[in-house]
Amino acid sequence: MIEHYLREYEVAAADGGATAPGWFRSLQADAIELFRASGFPGPKDEEWRFTPIAPLVRATFRPAGSATPVGLTDLEPFLFGRLDWPRLVLVDGRFSPELSQLPSIAGLAIANLASVVKSGDGDLASDLAEASGRTVTPFASLNAALGMDGTVLRLASDSVMEEPVHLVHVTTPGSDGTVTHPRLLVVIGERARAQVIESYVGLGSEGCYWTNVVCDVRLSRGAWVEHTRIQRESESAYHTGVTEIRQEADSHYRSFSFAIGGAIARHDLRSRLGGSGAEALLYGLYFGRGDQLVDNHTTIFHDQPDCRSWEVYKGILTDRAHGVFNGKIIVQPIAQKTDAKQTNRALLLSDTAKIDTKPQLEIFADDVKCTHGATVGNLDPLARFYLTSRGIPDRVAGELLTYAFAAEVLNEISAEPVRTVLDRLIHGRLASDRLEAHDAR
Amino acid sequence: MAPLLEIIDLRASVGDKPILKGVDLVVNRGEVHAIMGPNGSGKSTLVQAISGHPAYTITGGSIRFDGVDIGEIPPEERAQAGIFLAFQYPVEIPGVTNAYFLRAAYNEMRKARGLEEMDPIDFIDLLEEKLKLVEWGPEIMRRAVNAGFSGGEKKRNEILQMAVLEPKLALLDETDSGLDIDALRIVAKGVNALKRPDNAYVVVTHYQRLLDHIIPDIVHVLADGQLIKTGGKELAFELEARGYEWLTGTPERV
Ligand SMILES: Nc1ncnc2c1ncn2[C@@H]1O[C@H](COP(=O)(O)OP(=O)(O)O)[C@@H](O)[C@H]1O
Ligand SMILES: [Mg+2]
Repeated sequence: MIEHYLREYEVAAADGGATAPGWFRSLQADAIELFRASGFPGPKDEEWRFTPIAPLVRATFRPAGSATPVGLTDLEPFLFGRLDWPRLVLVDGRFSPELSQLPSIAGLAIANLASVVKSGDGDLASDLAEASGRTVTPFASLNAALGMDGTVLRLASDSVMEEPVHLVHVTTPGSDGTVTHPRLLVVIGERARAQVIESYVGLGSEGCYWTNVVCDVRLSRGAWVEHTRIQRESESAYHTGVTEIRQEADSHYRSFSFAIGGAIARHDLRSRLGGSGAEALLYGLYFGRGDQLVDNHTTIFHDQPDCRSWEVYKGILTDRAHGVFNGKIIVQPIAQKTDAKQTNRALLLSDTAKIDTKPQLEIFADDVKCTHGATVGNLDPLARFYLTSRGIPDRVAGELLTYAFAAEVLNEISAEPVRTVLDRLIHGRLASDRLEAHDAR
Repeated sequence: MAPLLEIIDLRASVGDKPILKGVDLVVNRGEVHAIMGPNGSGKSTLVQAISGHPAYTITGGSIRFDGVDIGEIPPEERAQAGIFLAFQYPVEIPGVTNAYFLRAAYNEMRKARGLEEMDPIDFIDLLEEKLKLVEWGPEIMRRAVNAGFSGGEKKRNEILQMAVLEPKLALLDETDSGLDIDALRIVAKGVNALKRPDNAYVVVTHYQRLLDHIIPDIVHVLADGQLIKTGGKELAFELEARGYEWLTGTPERV
């Protein structure tokens, strides 16, 4: 149903569009042409072969309307650390100044995209034009064509942020049938250090809405970034997201991608190691139950020599949940001394859960170290017997082993408050799965 | 009083392969039994069947513990009743710390006896005591269960768990193999310290040397799924000197 969105673009361009500057309108116009040409991806599309998105494509989502009022108390359960930590909150796709907390921190410039577009930040036009994220998938093109708001974060060279900045995207109850297209741009200066948390939260547990996000992250020479992405949409919602990371020499990027919500959740993460000595550590942890479809596509571009990438993704799937993991590593001919390791593991806790997993190594250099490993299976029966032989009931043993499987990745988050909240979230999820399994019996 | 453990004509298989072919064994409180025998004779199968390992199907006979037939009850309930197996190959559990594991196990045992969970502070005191027994510092508690442990550390960890859980019947499956003299001494010391008139040990071993430290009252020889000989501790010396061939009639496969 691409006509629906093409029409929506026409309508938006006709009324709201007039207030946006010309360069922005022309980016939108380019993007909608890309989308018109590509349409939505289909099953014949190699990158979407295992990802049946028909329900999302068939539905017609309208732009999110005026938001249901949200107070800080509604938000608190989804925040980390202290309330005065910096955050920028979007409610139903629109910037909420009341809920945001934007302290002035030396070297940090953070504002919502719509206001930056209006006020004309010097580099924004070229940064957005250059951002390749918008062309990665048809969804990203649609985001660029229809996106109204988002976040622009810049950290000046040599600045150090002591606390993480949290970019919160909330969808309110009663947003059924609506879509938001948040657009994030994070630019970190030379040798600067930042922690960024990106959250997607559905406030009503049952809403069938769609979040379609594009996030660009740039690390200048020697920059250090820890990026945590937490996707906890409603389990009836759709989530599509592209994260595009570009790293210069000697920069260090560490990402943790956590996904627990969404009826269909697809995340494309692309990391480009564009300067020697750059390092990317990518961790992922996802959960699926009921009929959830959780898809992670990652691509690591080793464009320059002496870079290192380390990737560990783990999934826990039960009921009829379907996981997809595709991990591509592309090593260019000049990228000698590349050190790349990819691991992906999935735990299938029911006979009807499934995972499609595919490592794809494309190596064009000869002096490299590239390895990948995938394991799929159930809990280790020997470990289970070991625990029960110590008096631990089988059900508790299963939960403990499942938790332990997750904890190995979770422990890679260095921000303690984030780890604690996710830890509780995982325990809650495992406990509620257990209760449901019990009821079903 | 019924014997602590009473096994009558026990038969067990893996899949449709019979492994135990009629084992009779009575263990009373206060006794130490040694089970020796060639590789593959079924020693591990026997102790694992007593603990309730799901891979083994009991095809005949019975296992009574403290007068109760335990053949149908799950492993956790056997453990809660007081059976402990020190594994020949202790399992690595990455992601679960030793501290968490031990406390969880200890509290499950308490719950099963209708007691309240012990609070974490009191448990630390109890642990400190038990750690001394195996000559370990508290650092070991922060490591994941057996993950990356050396062979000797794994065996010592089994003894630590036994010390914390204080079973009525401890089954030690080749706890001595792969240990250097020092580790062997620590393991034996732990076992002897925990010995009481109302508990019992079944020690599976290949070597006489463990029995220098843990003196058995009764020694059995298991061959091809049956106990073919029972004697006093002198039987162990004889086996050490002569091997198993004179009993089994076939050279031992190694
Ligand atoms: N889980 C299992 N699956 C298949 N065969 C097994 C299994 N456990 C034991 N066996 C077989 O049963 C026999 C006895 O093994 P085991 O009890 O381990 O002997 P021991 O401990 O005396 O060396 C061996 O032939 C072994 O291969
Ligand atoms: Mg054995």
